[in-house]
Amino acid sequence: MANLIIQIGIPVFLIILGLFVGKWIEKKHLRSLDVKEQELKDVLICNLRRLPAYLKAGECFLVIGSVVIATDYFKVFAAGLRNLFGGEIKTYRSLMRRARREAIVRMLQQAKERGAYSVWNIRFETATIQGKRRPGGVEVLAYGTAVKVS
Amino acid sequence: MIVVNTEFIPGKKISQIKGLVQGNTVRAKHIGRDITASLKNIVGGELKGYTELLVESRRESLVRMIAQAEELGANAVINIRFATSSITAGAAELYVYGTAVVVEDEQYAP
Repeated sequence: MANLIIQIGIPVFLIILGLFVGKWIEKKHLRSLDVKEQELKDVLICNLRRLPAYLKAGECFLVIGSVVIATDYFKVFAAGLRNLFGGEIKTYRSLMRRARREAIVRMLQQAKERGAYSVWNIRFETATIQGKRRPGGVEVLAYGTAVKVS
Repeated sequence: MIVVNTEFIPGKKISQIKGLVQGNTVRAKHIGRDITASLKNIVGGELKGYTELLVESRRESLVRMIAQAEELGANAVINIRFATSSITAGAAELYVYGTAVVVEDEQYAP
């Protein structure tokens, strides 16, 4: 009996912990992202390879931003439920969006530090980091060319 | 809204770059599809359920990207790229990104 309680109790506890703590961490992260994005609003980003005719290029350098964000037990549980009925997995969507925004922010910070106010030809890479029967995480890498334009 | 995966639109001139726009979605198919897919794995062939799922999801992410571009006041999205990443065994993310721009007709000298 005690064994059964442990077997069911621990996952349920972890899911509830994930629901509340995970949500709190996500909210905190989104707030900090909003602030950082506001600061970096003056940096132009696009994935074009060439500058249009009306812009002149100055100094160029590579900028890279990457981040690994973990899933929690609640997100995995919610995704598992979704797998039964089909539809969009909102918990994972917000996870990916957060990761991508953070990667972009880190990339832009590098560009701004060196005085470039535009990043061109940006590309994304993602990788999954997965533990055995445990929630894993996702890595998002954003890279591009920072250009001082005039 | 013009959506292309080239960097320039023939006959149009880029007058303003609005910035990067993106759309993503993570979708799951219901368990019935998973079962038929695993049966298909025995004999091979197209997994129609999954094809449909990916087509639908890609469309969804495109719609989200276009909505973002409209919000920025752009009239075209150029150089779009699709990316797919698997998050876990049961879920795949469909991601699309491009550059929102304002284009106008090119003026030819008479």
